[in-house]
Amino acid sequence: MADDKALIVLDKVNKWFGPLHVLQDVDLSVARGEVVVVIGPSGSGKSTLCRAINRLEPINSGTIVFDGQELPAEGKGLAKLRSEVGMVFQSFNLFAHKTILQNVMLGPLKVRREKPSVVRDRAMGLLDRVGIASQAEKYPAQLSGGQQQRVAIARALAMQPKALLFDEPTSALDPEMVGEVLDVMTSLAKDGMTMVVVTHEMGFARHAANRVVFMADGQLVEEAAPSEFFANPKSERAKDFLSKILTH
Amino acid sequence: MGAVIDNFDVFAGGFWLTLQLCILAAIGALVIGAVIAVFRISPVPPLRAIGTGYVTVFRNVPLTIVFFFSAFALPALGSNANFLRIPGLEQIFTRLSIDLPYFRFAIIALSLYTGAFVCEALRAGINAVPTGQAEAARAIGLTFGQNLRFVVLPQAWKAAIVPLGSVIIAMIKNSALAGFFGVVGDLSNSGYALITVRGEPTIPVMIGISIGFLIMTVPLGILLDRIEKRRAVAR
Repeated sequence: MADDKALIVLDKVNKWFGPLHVLQDVDLSVARGEVVVVIGPSGSGKSTLCRAINRLEPINSGTIVFDGQELPAEGKGLAKLRSEVGMVFQSFNLFAHKTILQNVMLGPLKVRREKPSVVRDRAMGLLDRVGIASQAEKYPAQLSGGQQQRVAIARALAMQPKALLFDEPTSALDPEMVGEVLDVMTSLAKDGMTMVVVTHEMGFARHAANRVVFMADGQLVEEAAPSEFFANPKSERAKDFLSKILTH
Repeated sequence: MGAVIDNFDVFAGGFWLTLQLCILAAIGALVIGAVIAVFRISPVPPLRAIGTGYVTVFRNVPLTIVFFFSAFALPALGSNANFLRIPGLEQIFTRLSIDLPYFRFAIIALSLYTGAFVCEALRAGINAVPTGQAEAARAIGLTFGQNLRFVVLPQAWKAAIVPLGSVIIAMIKNSALAGFFGVVGDLSNSGYALITVRGEPTIPVMIGISIGFLIMTVPLGILLDRIEKRRAVAR
């Protein structure tokens, strides 16, 4: 794909945790409106990759460009960039002392300084979209995991981000709640949201992704369209990984 | 206990002055502690170094020495701590405005010393907030200051309130030293004067002083227990 269309471009990104080389010369380009699913065994660096894109993990070398601009260092510039990249975490991380509605409204009110009435309408619309509007006045601890994660998605969407990052969004959920979260994600993908999704949900990768990226040992081993990747994985590592997860 | 009953007005006066000293020093310590705690967790390395240095010094030096420097080094440097003559505050806490500076020096010594402990209690509270909370706040674009104000501190407060209370109780008891560094008429100094000047028996006077301190510290302790119980239920 042409680079001028790319929203996120990683070039020769390296990251060490002490002696551990968690990202090794990673190159990745994500186009506008593209849904990229990152899969791979535990410890392969896929979460670190996801978190590096909004600099929750600083990298040691290489460049990350978002929307034509290299990630700024810590400070106001970085805060502004983060406001344009939504992030959904494995453990939801909803603000425990705020109601569901306040969780969704905080960013637009304090970061964008939008009018409260406008923000409230948009927040309620988003909560309605993820099916939680009736719980708006409750606190996060009163909701199930699946509901909390859908609120977290609404909170990220409230900033009207250019892209959404998902760091294993269903890994902490009870099995019966995985579907409701994946439904919301699938509908976002259909609407053309640019998404980078780290997940173990192969079903989601098959039907919602434009491209699957397979990582192992800090390297980007293989990338292909999902139908291609699941039918004919090229690398031994990917074959080995798929054989392990698809036999049960 | 005749010595206490006969001199009730002396004890009451001493109690009132010690209470004033404690209220002002507690305000000072909370402000200093909060600022130093923000320094210690800030992303700016020089501020972190200042915060760590402050806590290292004031947590590890005996309070007597802090009082000593406050009472003798500040005047040598030409300061009468007149910045503490804060309009409005002066009308309630009249001791602030008298020419003898030792009441103001005592506030400075107690605030500086207790501030280090307040800082550490606040930091313990901040550390009790799961890292994911601050991460989520950063991810939606909140700056460091907004993150503290809207997400981290409102939650840290709940975990810090009980240790903070213990720090303030310790400070109230520590204020007894003020009477030996120039403050006239606080609880310990008044009691001491009763013994040395008026020749009252030592033990009843000491018991009287103790009662004065207990009147301040015990209710605070009960309040903290209440808060802790309520939090346990809420959890």
